[in-house]
Amino acid sequence: MRSATPTGGDAGLEDSELVRRVRAGDRSAFAALVRRHGGALLRFARLFVRESSAAEEVVQDTWMAVLEGLDGFEGRASFKTWLYRILANRARTRAVREGRSVPFSALAETEGEEHAVDPERFDARGMWRDPPVGWTDETPERLALEAETRQVMEAAVQALPPAQRAVLVLRDEDGLETEEICNLLGLTVTNQRVLLHRARTRVRQAIEEHVRGER
Amino acid sequence: MLTCKEITELVTEYAEGNLSLMDRLRFQMHIGMCRNCRRYVRQVKATAAALGLLPPPETSPDLEQELLRRFESWKKARS
Repeated sequence: MRSATPTGGDAGLEDSELVRRVRAGDRSAFAALVRRHGGALLRFARLFVRESSAAEEVVQDTWMAVLEGLDGFEGRASFKTWLYRILANRARTRAVREGRSVPFSALAETEGEEHAVDPERFDARGMWRDPPVGWTDETPERLALEAETRQVMEAAVQALPPAQRAVLVLRDEDGLETEEICNLLGLTVTNQRVLLHRARTRVRQAIEEHVRGER
Repeated sequence: MLTCKEITELVTEYAEGNLSLMDRLRFQMHIGMCRNCRRYVRQVKATAAALGLLPPPETSPDLEQELLRRFESWKKARS
């Protein structure tokens, strides 16, 4: 979007510098932070509240809390970590207030046992009977760029059970570290690992099914 | 020797660097010899990396404007 505030010079600055400028009342630095983190923050909010306008409200509340708390932010954690923690707290409070709060740890428990690959595809010795289908191009760039494959991936992510989706989005789409994900979602490391594994293998499976369907 | 089925269950632990040295070696030994599992591991890794290339959703211009408006109020209240 075009904004009344030019941000050209700020876009390349580190978060810590932008935060320093925001404290001093620099509007364009605030706009730069919002642009840098806004999309990922909205994606994160949607893990807690799926309805689009409600997720935007949570994002808005989060930024307001950031401004209110800015003087207390000491920079011990990164700005992004701090931002995400604020959002997770806000989203949880909201969910509790609206009486639909199911922690991710509880969701993780209900998501049950599942296999990365249908057991029928292996023989009695556990060797491939029906091996994986080759993809024309297995590079991440091609997968993400090709519109159809991208849609398949996005649909597969949306179809994941909530706890799996949350872990996958934070780990693979957003690149957060395991420990941070566990903190934000209230999961144990073991849970996080299992959920990530199931989620990734489901998305891979969706691409394979798409490729098979094309043949 | 790990089975192909086991490889498909360990692939994330392998890719995330969580396997012990011994398990890592066993894993690598298997994929060194098994073309199908090599392909499977490559596909899971490519899937994870491709997810990292998906653009995040866009925030609406209205939200951005609203935030900037609120920033001004915040700034005024501070000074």
